[in-house]
Amino acid sequence: MIKGNFIDNLPRVYGIYTGGFLAFIIIMAICEQMGMTAKTIGICFVAFTVAIYAIIGYLSRTAQADAYYVAGRQVPTVFNGMATAADWMSGASFVAMAGGIYFKGYGYMALLVGWTGGYVLVASLLAPYLRKFGCYTVPDFIGTRYGGNLARLLAVIVLTVASFTYVTAQINATGTIASVALDIPFQYAVYVGLVSILLCSMLGGMRGVTWTQVAQYIVLIIAYLLPVFWISNKMGAGFFPHFMLADEVARIADLESQFGLGTVKNTAADLATVPKGLAGITKAHSAVNATPWAFISLALAMMMGTASLPHVMMRYFTTPSVKAARKSVGWSLFFIFLLYSSAPMLATLSKLSLIDPNLATGIIGKSISEVQSIDWYQNWNQANLMFVSDFNGNGTLELNEFFMGGKAVVLATPEIAGLPYVISGLVAAGGMAAAMSTADGLILAIANALSHDLYYKIIDPKAETAKRLVVARVLLVVIGFAGATIAAMEIQGILGSVIWAFDFAMSGLFFPLVLGVWWKRANREGAIAGMALGLISGTAYLIWVRNGGSGFLGITQLTFGIFGSAVSLVSMVVVSLITSAPDAATQKMVDEVRVPAGKSILGKQH
Amino acid sequence: MSKQAQHWEKTRGLLMITLAIWFVFSIGIFLFGAEMESVGGPFGYPLTYWFTCQGSLGIFVILIFWFANRQEKIDEEFGFSEKGDD
Repeated sequence: MIKGNFIDNLPRVYGIYTGGFLAFIIIMAICEQMGMTAKTIGICFVAFTVAIYAIIGYLSRTAQADAYYVAGRQVPTVFNGMATAADWMSGASFVAMAGGIYFKGYGYMALLVGWTGGYVLVASLLAPYLRKFGCYTVPDFIGTRYGGNLARLLAVIVLTVASFTYVTAQINATGTIASVALDIPFQYAVYVGLVSILLCSMLGGMRGVTWTQVAQYIVLIIAYLLPVFWISNKMGAGFFPHFMLADEVARIADLESQFGLGTVKNTAADLATVPKGLAGITKAHSAVNATPWAFISLALAMMMGTASLPHVMMRYFTTPSVKAARKSVGWSLFFIFLLYSSAPMLATLSKLSLIDPNLATGIIGKSISEVQSIDWYQNWNQANLMFVSDFNGNGTLELNEFFMGGKAVVLATPEIAGLPYVISGLVAAGGMAAAMSTADGLILAIANALSHDLYYKIIDPKAETAKRLVVARVLLVVIGFAGATIAAMEIQGILGSVIWAFDFAMSGLFFPLVLGVWWKRANREGAIAGMALGLISGTAYLIWVRNGGSGFLGITQLTFGIFGSAVSLVSMVVVSLITSAPDAATQKMVDEVRVPAGKSILGKQH
Repeated sequence: MSKQAQHWEKTRGLLMITLAIWFVFSIGIFLFGAEMESVGGPFGYPLTYWFTCQGSLGIFVILIFWFANRQEKIDEEFGFSEKGDD
């Protein structure tokens, strides 16, 4: 199936796959009608989809460096767009984003703007040039453009710090979903998730990851959009929610003032009784609730981080040409847009169905005991994602007495809106696909950088292909287990560590990458200073603020990359200018990178 | 000026235009988030809200495709375009 003219057959292969998946959903729906339990449906969904990914991973096995590192550079633009979208949209995007919008409104939506706007920077500043360069990994570019092992090593370090921070969150997310769907303890579920992840990437490297990511995108987008459209239609909110929810958004604003949002405050003693991780609605849904700088700084940090994250950048190394790399960025963002533009709609539908007393599902204004006897409330209360308490003792549930976990918006809304359980199973499979695909890309990015840049380029340049690929696979497993072990300790929430990863990446890599293409005068010394000082100062700022430091210029622990990258830029420019210009060969190399036609800088096998 | 220098000058010009549009819709308009709030936007949403959940995102998608086409034209003009595959 993967041989011969597989590339020409791609639309047909994935068309059949999509049809098969839809048929599977229908079969599950029929099984539910015939009395299959919710638990069995959940297991079927997760097991079936993971098995498919594993088969694709097996069929994509390879023994060639070119295929292992960059999928043979023959992935068509549209399919690379889907793979990038899956690579990009993590457990955080899928499970936590709608919840963040639900609770924090406008201030949180800076992430939507930041996580999409960054692709403009990717398309215009970096992706086509790095594709022309012909590198296997991001440190490969840094190492060749600036020359020397130290620059390459620093790039590997920044990449590892950023990607590892990110990957623990993704393994954590696969573990959470696997533990709920398969009903096993989280500590074991994490390793179930890890094995699923490794099945996709170990045999085929980038080739395996590419074709599983396309499959995972199809699952996750169906799993996200189907409930949004269904709930919207069921509520009578509109056939096409994206264009038709204006009345609902306005209605929420009315209800907010009616219920005294922001005027009725809970006491600290009352809040102490709320289980950890749950939050009430305290911010306006659609109104502007953040200062311009708070919004812009977060969006800017995410945009620059997007352009520095190696697992995204390396997806554009797999396209057939420079031209294709540019278009592929557009397709990536289009496929991401489909989900991101739906998240605020899901948050709106979810919030309205919970708080509107005119709807059958609304719980605000009902008596506490009535709410506590609802089936779904009991389920999600047990899962520690929902909580009500009669703070003012009037026996009625008020807006400030209802608490929910961020994940519940995606996971529980189908059940609240009265959709069949098959949809909840589908959502679990979608969340699993989102977290797995991102984890795969990240683990591969780290393992490839360590095997190609550290082992092959620095430690043993004479190693044969077979040995290099064995090292790459061993590293893949080791990094996966290290990530899973840390994930099992549950140190930090999913979203927090994702945002940190962006800040780490932009602190160390944004300017060394961009200036490597756009500023010929940038030299090795400058790049080394930029990467080292950027990462160190960003990390120092994070530690300072985490330990009670006040910070400055309104830069928080979520946007510390703005400080790190500013230090990186200044030190890179200053050090470059006080040291000698790059030699003629390097200058010529930069000239060639800037022209799409002609041979790539690094050969096919390097 | 050599062909290559001219090509790069045009490429840089396109970059500046692209980044200017990007700047307006990712940063510029959000300086006035509170001011735009009372203005009605497409489909009846408040304008600021619409930009954060659809407007800016959609504009970025279109911007990248527009940029890719323009850059391709520049490459073709100087004969630097790759032959064959897409």
